Amino acid sequence: MKFELSEQQLALQDTVDRLLQERLDRQRLLQVFDSDDGHDAELWQALAEMGVLGILAPEEHGGIGLGMLDAAVVAEVLGRHAAPGPILGHTLATLAIAEGGSGEQRERWLPALAAGTAVATVALDEADGRWQPDEWQLGVSSSGDALSGRKTNVLYPAMADVMVVGVAGGALVLVENPGETMTVRQVPCLDGTRRVAHVDFDATPCQPLATSAERLRDAALVLLAADAFGGARRCLDLAVAYALEREQFGRLIGSFQGLKHQLANLAVEVEPARGLYWYAAHAFDAVPEEAPRMAAIAKAHICDRFVHAGREATQAHGGIGYTWEYGLHIWLKRAVFDKVFMGVPSLHRRRSAVMAGWAAA
Amino acid sequence: MDLSYGVEYEAFRAEVRAFLEESWSPGDRRDPERIRAFRGQATERGYLFRNIPRRFGGSEQPLDVLKGQVITEEFRRARAPMEPPGIGVSMLVPTLLERGEPWQQEMFIPPTLSGDVDWAQGYSEPGSGSDLASVRTRGELVDGEWVINGQKIWTSNAQNCKYMFALVRTEPDAPKHEGISYLLLDLKQPGVTIRPLKMITGQSGFNEVFFDDARTPADWIVGKRGEGWQVSRTTLKHERTGIGGAENYLDQFDKLVTLAGSCRRNGRPAIEDPVIQDRLAEIEGYLHAHKYSTYRQLSMNLGAKDPGPVSFMNKLVVTDIGHRIAAVAQELIGDDSLLLPSYEPGHKVGNERWMNQFFGSLGVSIAGGTSNIQRNIIAERGLGLPRDSQGDGK
Repeated sequence: MKFELSEQQLALQDTVDRLLQERLDRQRLLQVFDSDDGHDAELWQALAEMGVLGILAPEEHGGIGLGMLDAAVVAEVLGRHAAPGPILGHTLATLAIAEGGSGEQRERWLPALAAGTAVATVALDEADGRWQPDEWQLGVSSSGDALSGRKTNVLYPAMADVMVVGVAGGALVLVENPGETMTVRQVPCLDGTRRVAHVDFDATPCQPLATSAERLRDAALVLLAADAFGGARRCLDLAVAYALEREQFGRLIGSFQGLKHQLANLAVEVEPARGLYWYAAHAFDAVPEEAPRMAAIAKAHICDRFVHAGREATQAHGGIGYTWEYGLHIWLKRAVFDKVFMGVPSLHRRRSAVMAGWAAA
Repeated sequence: MDLSYGVEYEAFRAEVRAFLEESWSPGDRRDPERIRAFRGQATERGYLFRNIPRRFGGSEQPLDVLKGQVITEEFRRARAPMEPPGIGVSMLVPTLLERGEPWQQEMFIPPTLSGDVDWAQGYSEPGSGSDLASVRTRGELVDGEWVINGQKIWTSNAQNCKYMFALVRTEPDAPKHEGISYLLLDLKQPGVTIRPLKMITGQSGFNEVFFDDARTPADWIVGKRGEGWQVSRTTLKHERTGIGGAENYLDQFDKLVTLAGSCRRNGRPAIEDPVIQDRLAEIEGYLHAHKYSTYRQLSMNLGAKDPGPVSFMNKLVVTDIGHRIAAVAQELIGDDSLLLPSYEPGHKVGNERWMNQFFGSLGVSIAGGTSNIQRNIIAERGLGLPRDSQGDGK
């Protein structure tokens, strides 16, 4: 039995962690959080050079050709540092093109996506939380090569050179350089590290993409769970560090049993979930019959824990945690994003109940 | 990631399974002689008492955590008995092996392994629960014998036990932790009175034990005078942590799902109710998290690596899962939770049997270190927060 990360996976986490420690201190993170576009071009380039942007792209197309577990352990580190930018949508679209793209589509996009010179995203939601493939209604023309209608909560659409779009019937299509056939409607975003906007397609040219939409959905759930674990664990670490530095009544507040028990409870909520996202990612790579249900359970469980951790950590910090400039709110808001993006936890618990055969859909 | 045990261990598993098919049928469970004979055979094969020398009745196997895990899994599957339950085997024997005199090992270990003698644990007192080192039961050496006076409490199964291992204050002038000795004594003597306590469930499982000039030989002491606290910590080290405990709760969860399929809500099977589904799925999240957390810990222990603070959390994690299961079970059985589970002859106990789990899960949050003591341990040893003076159960 070996249920732990390989030396290579630990080294990968460590390398990304060090990069983010260097390039993304709290001040820089707040700058990006407050910026107009929620993007850090230098960080993007550095992540590309490290291979993070092409982690799921095959080597023959300029990527590093690793699996979902590798992508997920990196996502944990991105969550730990609340790394901003279009990475999530980019990684998912890269996976979709790598798994179901035609030879020509792969050739055209994967090298540029791995190098970070092109940006990709996914457009899945259709308002009112319709994230699931069987809920999509976006229309494709009868000729099958043009889209019209709206997608909501699309990650960084204005920046995207290529989009993977979910359409009626639970299929995926590829939209390249949409230009003026697509209108982006900006919305004020709660999470400044992952910006979303709505898009309206108007006879936008598209091409079929043979990727399974369900598999893309499961990949998204796993990466969100991993990000949430990293974020939740960071909230715990930040609260513990603060408890070891802040004094009141002439003592470190971390010596008060009330706070110790609060933080112990938080640790018990968060820390055991590490193996849950590992296994969900491993199942995506190697145990297909368990993958959809494990992805749903991991997303629902860990994203709930992250919001809880964000709130507890904020409360443990007192007034300073409630300020904008201290920056702790970045993780709480990222937690809300992880919880809601691709569907709220109760929807995934319902899906997992149906998949378990507890009741008919 | 490799969750298989590997070829060598799968071959070992096949061997254990073949032995069980040949030597055990679940019908044997009601026959004490049959159980005793089976344990003898299983020990002969090296499956039970693996870390105990052969000269004391063990099977003296090299340490192999995975073989231990395979044996546990296969015995559970076949519903075959493992080592006799009770703290004699799980706590006293490892303590004697580590700290006992050779004659103590020879005298006490074999009959404990065979199940011929049971042991009671004399730790808690009315005034010494979480603050165990404050024990006041005293022992004085008089004419080559310890004379013991005082009281122990929460002593499970004392009326059926021949012996007790006890923490007794023998050095009243020494500092708190250094004035205690670890004594062994015979419970079947005039100076010992055992009074059963009726538990929250109505059953009697634990007792008060009173000592009124009870006596034990001077050399029935493990370790030296005043070393009892340290010796008792040796014992605690041998208590199994929550590792492997996930299987018990996975079984319990499966039973809960079965219960949800048989109970009705609003005229339909309860399991079709979205509220019940949501709560079951929520428990499943905690359960799978703990399951893979224990796999990770097992895997790291095998490689002699430190799994980190999570190893302090296992007891609280399973306690919380038990509470969640109890809460949902009560929603499911509804009116049946107004009944006291009765095991009177001729009475068939129904869904109210889940009230045993309702109370049992509460007991888990008290026994073996209360949940608040667990929180101290997690905060101090796991998270590195400042230590309270005494409140960590050290």
